[in-house]
Amino acid sequence: MIAWTIYLSFAGALLVLFLPRAWSRSIALATTLVDLIISLAAFFGRSVDPAHFHTIVRVPWVPALGMNYHLAVDGISLTLVLVTAITALSAVLFSWDVDLRQNEFFFWLLLVVGGSFGVFLAADLFLFFVFYEFVIVPKYFLIAIFGSTNKEYGAMKLTLYSFFGGALVFIGILAVYASANSLDLNQLAQFSFPLQLQAWAFPVLFLGFAVLAGIWPLHTWAPTGHVAAPTAGSMLLAGIVMKLGAYGALRVAMNIFPQGFLMWRNWIAVFAVIGIVYAAAVALRQRDLKFIIGYSSVSHMGFVLLGLATANALGVSGAVLQMFSHGVIGALLFAIAGTMLYRRTHTRDLDQLSILPLRRALPFAALAFTIASAASMGIPGFSGFAAEITILIGAWKSFPLAVWITGIGMVLVAAFTLRALKRTFFDVDLASASATPMEPITLPEKIGASLLMFTTLAVGLFPKLLFDRIGPAVQAMRFLQ
Amino acid sequence: MSYFDLLRLAWPEASIVLTALVVLAIGLTNRGTRPAITLLAMVGIALAIKNVLRLPHDAILFNGMLVISPLTSLFKIVSLALAFFTVALAQSESSLRHYAEYIAILLLACVGLMLLVGSEELLTIFIGLELLGLSLYVLTAFDKIDIYSAEAGLKYFLFGSTASAFTLFGISLVYGMAGSTSLAVLAQKLSVTNAQPLLAAGIVMTLIGFAFKIAAAPFHLWAPDVYQGAPIPSAAFIASGSKVASFVVLGKILLVGFDSARGSSDWHAMIAGWSPIISLLAAMSILLGNFVALAQTNVRRLLAYSAVAHGGYTLLGLLAGDRDGFSATLFYTTIYALTLLGAFGVIALVRRETGGDDLQNFAGLGQRSPLLAVCMSIFLLSLAGLPPLAGFFGKFYLFSSAFRAGANHGLLWLVALALFGSLISLYYYLIVLKVIFLDERSTTATAPAARPMLVEVATGVLAALVLLFGVDPSGLVARIVAALA
Repeated sequence: MIAWTIYLSFAGALLVLFLPRAWSRSIALATTLVDLIISLAAFFGRSVDPAHFHTIVRVPWVPALGMNYHLAVDGISLTLVLVTAITALSAVLFSWDVDLRQNEFFFWLLLVVGGSFGVFLAADLFLFFVFYEFVIVPKYFLIAIFGSTNKEYGAMKLTLYSFFGGALVFIGILAVYASANSLDLNQLAQFSFPLQLQAWAFPVLFLGFAVLAGIWPLHTWAPTGHVAAPTAGSMLLAGIVMKLGAYGALRVAMNIFPQGFLMWRNWIAVFAVIGIVYAAAVALRQRDLKFIIGYSSVSHMGFVLLGLATANALGVSGAVLQMFSHGVIGALLFAIAGTMLYRRTHTRDLDQLSILPLRRALPFAALAFTIASAASMGIPGFSGFAAEITILIGAWKSFPLAVWITGIGMVLVAAFTLRALKRTFFDVDLASASATPMEPITLPEKIGASLLMFTTLAVGLFPKLLFDRIGPAVQAMRFLQ
Repeated sequence: MSYFDLLRLAWPEASIVLTALVVLAIGLTNRGTRPAITLLAMVGIALAIKNVLRLPHDAILFNGMLVISPLTSLFKIVSLALAFFTVALAQSESSLRHYAEYIAILLLACVGLMLLVGSEELLTIFIGLELLGLSLYVLTAFDKIDIYSAEAGLKYFLFGSTASAFTLFGISLVYGMAGSTSLAVLAQKLSVTNAQPLLAAGIVMTLIGFAFKIAAAPFHLWAPDVYQGAPIPSAAFIASGSKVASFVVLGKILLVGFDSARGSSDWHAMIAGWSPIISLLAAMSILLGNFVALAQTNVRRLLAYSAVAHGGYTLLGLLAGDRDGFSATLFYTTIYALTLLGAFGVIALVRRETGGDDLQNFAGLGQRSPLLAVCMSIFLLSLAGLPPLAGFFGKFYLFSSAFRAGANHGLLWLVALALFGSLISLYYYLIVLKVIFLDERSTTATAPAARPMLVEVATGVLAALVLLFGVDPSGLVARIVAALA
């Protein structure tokens, strides 16, 4: 059933391309809505056993080389499919007013979404890689055609970084394939690879994935890419694409090469912590609202990597929850900055935003941005808190020093988030400001933002909802200490 | 062995020669019936394919001069199919003023391909090379009014004849060592002789001719001029048919004939033989092709340099040296040929409409004719190696076979280099796509001439094939693997 998210998204993309232009956004909306319903049904249904990577489709593909069209699902996949569907739906809602080459826009958007579903469900390493690389080109066109600031540069940089990561992953996959002579992820998760191979193949594979997850110092594609992308593009990048890297690191690199992972995990933690602190410090100095959010994404993904590096059930579960949480929060922040504010003010510069009476003109945006900021800072009651506290508790067992340094990072995150919040909405003296009439927030925007806000609140209040699915799946991983 | 048997087994080649003669005769008597000639050539090729299918499963004539095996039959069909599409491209090419002669020479070049593919004996291979080469020189210089066509033809001829001389000399040295030109006998004889300087010289010289044919650096210098200057169908056929046949033969010579002189190109463990030479050619081709392609502003020239790089990738499969590697090479080069033919089809249409094939002539193609732009994206992204296109699977197959071969993943250095090359290539392919989809049209619009249907259909079919072999490569892979078994 959940496999239909892939097929529906691709079918939707083709329909959008070939049916009249005026229908495209409705088709995209219907597609992503059905995707969300399917993934919710799968998530809450009892048919999936979260602890096992359970096969749902398996058809021979290239028998001569042992490739299968093989999909499977466990708790981690379920969680990430869900966040993909949520982000995709709200991205479509926030693109309701795109009028330039509308059908092309939704075509590329649905391709990214479909490919991402494929990555999260693939159980054959080759199929996984096909979906993983497939997403690159739609991203390029989404940004290069529909983006803004420096779009061609941002798009090319993002594409080349993705492809570079893909090349490293390629080498890692070749090493796996040549050594185990199998591409089945479940079989590979039981195969014991020689230590010598793991020692060099793990870092290659992990680094390849980590490029897409925004690991420092290979994160620079993320801020420029996010800034150049159209709103929906930024939402997909932050909400989904960065998770592809983190998911690959967990499902493929760590689970296939457990000893290699344990050899290298201290380094992962070091880079993760540097990323958290460094990106937050850089964000503090930015004036462009989207750059601030872009760097905050890098910082939040640092938490994911730190959680993965802990190699204990708590930390890794926290990392998966953080993937979900950041997907929602990052998408919400970009939606507010890119569509709610930029479309009406035509600026993302904090200095220029600070003199506009935005709080009065756009009260809904002010509310949404306050909630998103609170969630991003990790205030209890929002999903960010649940995820980060779990990661930090997990990390405390393995890297106490890292937790202390991460503490500094969290202070910086709070600082730049509050700064952005204050400068955009709470700097101006409403009494003296001239009233500039602004187009009110539209209904699709309100629905999209409410969906994301509701999700982060719901998960923040009942993290058990996700932990029940994530926990057993993580317990089944073999690298745990 | 009676002559009747010979005729029966060589019937596909003979029927193409017959078709060529009939086409020539028609051209002499009745000028200006392009559709009729095209139709005749296509029917002739289709019949030849049918004849290939009716050949016996296995046969060897005259010590390997003419060999019939599943492998040769498969690649005769591929060669014929490539010629078929080339004829389709040629039909509307306005620069070809003696159309019947052009088609006849094209068909003779195709016979050269079939001889090359269908032989396991050095002399017949040389004859095939020459027949192919001489036909291609003429095809390159066919546009007598265009000075670039003449330049390209002369360059191709001078480089080609020098390379042929080297190859012939190499073959004579090898014959002197082994006393036979049959690949199977050669393999036997060479395995018991010790490595001698004379043999090394013979092998190196033989390889030069093939390095020239596949445009491997540093023997690639003719390629950019020919790809850019020759009439488009000629360039397309040189880029596709000639390359496929050369790889098939090169693979047979290296893996069968010179098998005992392989050596090793593993990192830190190189052993003298042909393997280090080929690996050097591959590495140079990948680096030079990709880096120089970055600076090109003419799409045909860009494709030429990328062809040098792709030649380098394809050599990886031969370096792997096992059946897996050879079948990966064959798969990749077949896919590459289809892709490049299609790309040249798009270029032909764009040139017809805008009068040139520089990068700026492609500006706004995405809006002008979306379907053509989609076809071009399919071809270029397949060349870059992105899923779900055939180039992606081809690269995976090729690199995985190279990675597996050798002790301790000794070819990893070349695989990493090839992936680095692909990364660079993605940049320049995306630049072309950027121009197609993003840039506004800058050249003055000419009156939209009626598009030649045949070229459009051929391009569309090729794009569909590239997509199809990407989504489901199992059919072609299984056929190649079975042919090599």
